[in-house]
Amino acid sequence: MSATVNTLTSATVLEDARAEGRAALVAYLPIGFPDLPTSIAAARAAAEGGADILELGPPYSDPLMDGPVIQLAVDAALRAGTRVRDLFTVVEQVADAGACPMVMSYWNLVDRHGVERFALDLAAAGGAGIITPDLIPDEAAEWITASDAHGLDRVFLIAPSSTPQRLAATVAACRGWVYAASTMGVTGIRSQVASSAHLLVERAREAGAERVCVGLGVSSRQQAAEVAGYADGVIVGTAFVRALAEADSPRAGVAAVRALAADLAAGVREGRAG
Amino acid sequence: MSAQPTSAPLAEATGPYYGRFGGRFVPEALIAALEELEAEYAKASADPSFAAELDRLHRTYTGRPSLLTEAPRFAGHAGGARILLKREDLNHTGSHKINNVLGQALLTKRMGKHRVIAETGAGQHGVATATAAALLDLECVVYMGEEDTRRQALNVARMNLLGATVVPVTSGSRTLKDAMNEAMRDWVTTVEHTHYLIGTVAGPHPFPSMVRDFHKVIGQEARAQVLELTGRLPDLVAACVGGGSNAIGIFHAFLDDPQVRLLGLEAGGDGVETGRHAASITGGSAGVLHGSRTFILQDEDGQTVESHSISAGLDYPGVGPEHAWLAETGRATYRPVTDAAAMEAFRLLCRTEGIIPAIESAHALAGALEAGRELGPDAVILVNLSGRGDKDVETAARWFGMGEQ
Repeated sequence: MSATVNTLTSATVLEDARAEGRAALVAYLPIGFPDLPTSIAAARAAAEGGADILELGPPYSDPLMDGPVIQLAVDAALRAGTRVRDLFTVVEQVADAGACPMVMSYWNLVDRHGVERFALDLAAAGGAGIITPDLIPDEAAEWITASDAHGLDRVFLIAPSSTPQRLAATVAACRGWVYAASTMGVTGIRSQVASSAHLLVERAREAGAERVCVGLGVSSRQQAAEVAGYADGVIVGTAFVRALAEADSPRAGVAAVRALAADLAAGVREGRAG
Repeated sequence: MSAQPTSAPLAEATGPYYGRFGGRFVPEALIAALEELEAEYAKASADPSFAAELDRLHRTYTGRPSLLTEAPRFAGHAGGARILLKREDLNHTGSHKINNVLGQALLTKRMGKHRVIAETGAGQHGVATATAAALLDLECVVYMGEEDTRRQALNVARMNLLGATVVPVTSGSRTLKDAMNEAMRDWVTTVEHTHYLIGTVAGPHPFPSMVRDFHKVIGQEARAQVLELTGRLPDLVAACVGGGSNAIGIFHAFLDDPQVRLLGLEAGGDGVETGRHAASITGGSAGVLHGSRTFILQDEDGQTVESHSISAGLDYPGVGPEHAWLAETGRATYRPVTDAAAMEAFRLLCRTEGIIPAIESAHALAGALEAGRELGPDAVILVNLSGRGDKDVETAARWFGMGEQ
């Protein structure tokens, strides 16, 4: 592994976007889907298309926060032999492309790798931090220590059901930004972004969050623009995975990801207009 | 997260942690529901009317107390030790599962929720949940791996007759663990009006301690029954362990009796050394699955490995966190029993005592035979006969090559 050091923290990226008067675009892609080289090309294409932060997901056997599109993709990635160690290669390649790579991982993969070792390997690869959908701050003592030691962002989730006490504690435990789950549910494309998202972002800000990104159910330029009106970042996952899954060839899939990123990047720039 | 001080009674451990195991490894979206459940359960536990209602159902619906049956002809194959069977197979719906299901269904009503969801492997927990839902007028949806809906078509029909909707799960390996994933996905979307009625002592806190509490009645009754029959405590208590609910239920009354050995029998499948087994404690390692830290079957990367057992009810790649703790502290011992050894014990109980056990429970019987030979003729062994074998007749007939002329 080369001695790349992460120069981009996710906070810097979000602040830069704010300075430009827009929200940031955060793109999720599973590594190893449809195969490892294509997933690297797709992540770089998303960055070239305008994604500011890449959420790279190592496939996991039990993705209980994910809807059918991502389930099928990570299942295929696992069957294709994708390993957790491949993640660090992808992170390095994305960092080289100038985007800010983060990891979105179910906790057992990090736990099994060893929390400290995972943090070390991720920092060495140029990764900015980890988003942990099934780890709450209450269970994260080891990760909080390791992320502090290696200067990594730690992004926990808040949900519309979070109590005021939990919201405050979670916001305080985050480093970089806070992930606001727009709705009660799993990943997937929805015709409307839930109205609970806006309220949740406001609650997070009142609890002291400096940067809040919104995910779950955002897939179109129009939705991106809407969310960009009140959030610091707009997270899109399923739509990117579907673009790859529905393409006739890996090459076409990568092109579709690039085009989608460009479209959504335009969306996050429209949110604050007028 | 440190282990309980040794002076505290083991039976008083309430979670969320059991030593380094347990906890709540779930999406934040579910935490509010878990906190609500924990609070409601604490209130119910302090409310005499809740205990009275559950007790009434135990006596008038489930058929409690369940019998204690001595099995002398069976024990003749166990070095002469006395073997006493706790007859959870005689409960309504045919297994211990009803104890937990009635408790949680009553809690669901208390929380003002009108829908329950459950995961099921063989269908026993699904049938029990559908039963309680019918009794208490709750909407019921059961998630079941597509593979299992085919293998256990009879139980699917039972659930449908009871008014439940069975949803075949087609993701992942299409078995119990995937049914649990799908139930979690449902719950995160419907938590406002839905209770996830988990069927074993696994999952996030408070499920492991709450489900255990609902099954403690097994051990409390058995302890008194053994004392009455023999004038002393048993030397050893044996129970099968998949997730581990029947085992923790019978163990608990004896946890603080250090002279009583506790033996959990895991599903050894083709043998732990073959890799085709469901022995999470004997053949697994510490990790996080379905909401808690415990022993699980996983590969080098932390991907869950598929489990294998002739017994659908033990075919799960994890185990309750309290068992992980009891194993690590040495208070309980866990051993694998192969499919072949379990089926031999199954056959033996049928022929010597006229009782067809569930294949799950046959693992405990096999463990008791072996332990009896080790302990000698003066030993008293209590076995939790957690379920009846009607559901397993077809599997057993196939195993023994019956009707193949």
